[in-house]
Amino acid sequence: MSTSRRLPTRPPVAALVLAGIAVVVFLVAPLLGLLERAPWRALPEFLTEPEVRSALRLSLVCSLSATAISVVLGVPLAWLLARGRFPGRALLRALVLVPLVLPPVVGGVALLLAFGRRGLVGQWLDEWLGVRLPFTTPGVILAETFVAMPFLVITVEAAIRSLDARFEEAAATLGAGRATVFRRVTLPMIGPSLAAGAALTWARALGEFGATITFAGNFEGRTQTMPLAVFLALETNPPAAIALSLVLLTVSVAVLAVVGSRVLAGRRDSGRETQPVPV
Amino acid sequence: MRQTVGAVVLLTTLVAACARSGDDSVRVLAAASLTEAFEALAERFEATHPGLDVDVGFGASSELAAQIEQGAPADVFASADEVTMERVVERGGAGARPVVFARNRLAIAVEHGNPEGITGLDDLDRPGLVVILCAQQVPCGRFADAALRAAGVAVTPASRAANVKAALSPVALGEADAAIVYVTDVESSGAVDAVPIPEDVNVVGRYPIVSLAGADHEDGAAAFVEFVRSERGQRVLREFGFLSP
Repeated sequence: MSTSRRLPTRPPVAALVLAGIAVVVFLVAPLLGLLERAPWRALPEFLTEPEVRSALRLSLVCSLSATAISVVLGVPLAWLLARGRFPGRALLRALVLVPLVLPPVVGGVALLLAFGRRGLVGQWLDEWLGVRLPFTTPGVILAETFVAMPFLVITVEAAIRSLDARFEEAAATLGAGRATVFRRVTLPMIGPSLAAGAALTWARALGEFGATITFAGNFEGRTQTMPLAVFLALETNPPAAIALSLVLLTVSVAVLAVVGSRVLAGRRDSGRETQPVPV
Repeated sequence: MRQTVGAVVLLTTLVAACARSGDDSVRVLAAASLTEAFEALAERFEATHPGLDVDVGFGASSELAAQIEQGAPADVFASADEVTMERVVERGGAGARPVVFARNRLAIAVEHGNPEGITGLDDLDRPGLVVILCAQQVPCGRFADAALRAAGVAVTPASRAANVKAALSPVALGEADAAIVYVTDVESSGAVDAVPIPEDVNVVGRYPIVSLAGADHEDGAAAFVEFVRSERGQRVLREFGFLSP
């Protein structure tokens, strides 16, 4: 940071006003609206309904599975994008971002055409393994992973890219194999970013709607996750939908608070203080 | 500061412009099963009513009713069943008395050539068969449940679709073996075949239409409702397979 000019202590009015609009219109008002209309007294009643419990359980199982798959597959992909030297890397990076910008419903259609029982891959899954993904719980996990994994890949890729490669080189010089270098040097250094990416991925998976309803359909206990339950309840039972939304909100805020605070705290000093574990 | 005011004014103008767009059109919300028929009706209405534009939005009747309750700007509502319409009337959403303008029956949509050899509702409980029904909130879901009950068949669907078009599309894509939809959906789809459901277990849905209490275009709304009920409008509906009221 430049020392010749000190940072202004008071933010400019313009920034304050625009930030204020952002906070009020896009953050506070929707939350207050939800809280204000919430059927507080009847809440326990709504939340103990079997449909709600099965939707919540399904949402947690599927979003956590999607996060786990994203970590297992996404970290190597991120490493490849950050450190790999191969033709088509730019194209691959663009490809990773596609599910981020694709409307989720379109993603769901694409998944159907790929993994449906008539799909490019799905017909072989069906014929050889007897595996059918559409309208199943694994189908929900697939849809959620599809839309959420990019969050993990881009976060982790940025972290690996900003790493000082000399630490890894030093470890390698000292005789560590590539796997050891990754496990003992790279991974600990990108830890906070990995956690942040995983938290974002999980939150996106938890909220997934479009690709899920298109690819996995909607059936209680099997593919009806919380967002689907909210959407359908809104049509005939708005208080139930609000109650469900409140649960979703609470769960996500709670997890983001736990993970997020730790991650952000870790991230602040990760650049300077986190040292690689000695090999 | 001047830039801030400029930015705020710009934002407000944009939002206001978006919120008000389509101000000149009669806005119709119609059941998903009316998609093709109402698109044709809107076109002919515009042709015979110079100066009046019609915008039609489609969705599950129950979804549209919820939108109307939440204050969605709309002038006309056409529902696929009377229960959903009754809900709008009860909550003060209707600007007049709803009138039934069409009827419809259910059919089983199957893949072209009926590869699973489905002959009726009794076949739908076959293990391994992928069957899609509409959600219970949606008229076609309630009707399908009633038909299955009448036939004494217990079906575990693979999915409960959010509207009738969403129930049909997996069959058209070959991802589902059968869906219970309206006769008209099969006819206008072209991508699936119909297995008829016999009259004694079939359900006949009645479609009511109404101009809404919050209509900005009372005259336009009334004119559209009248057009749908007129001989010309009825002819269009018959073309798409609907029964007269």
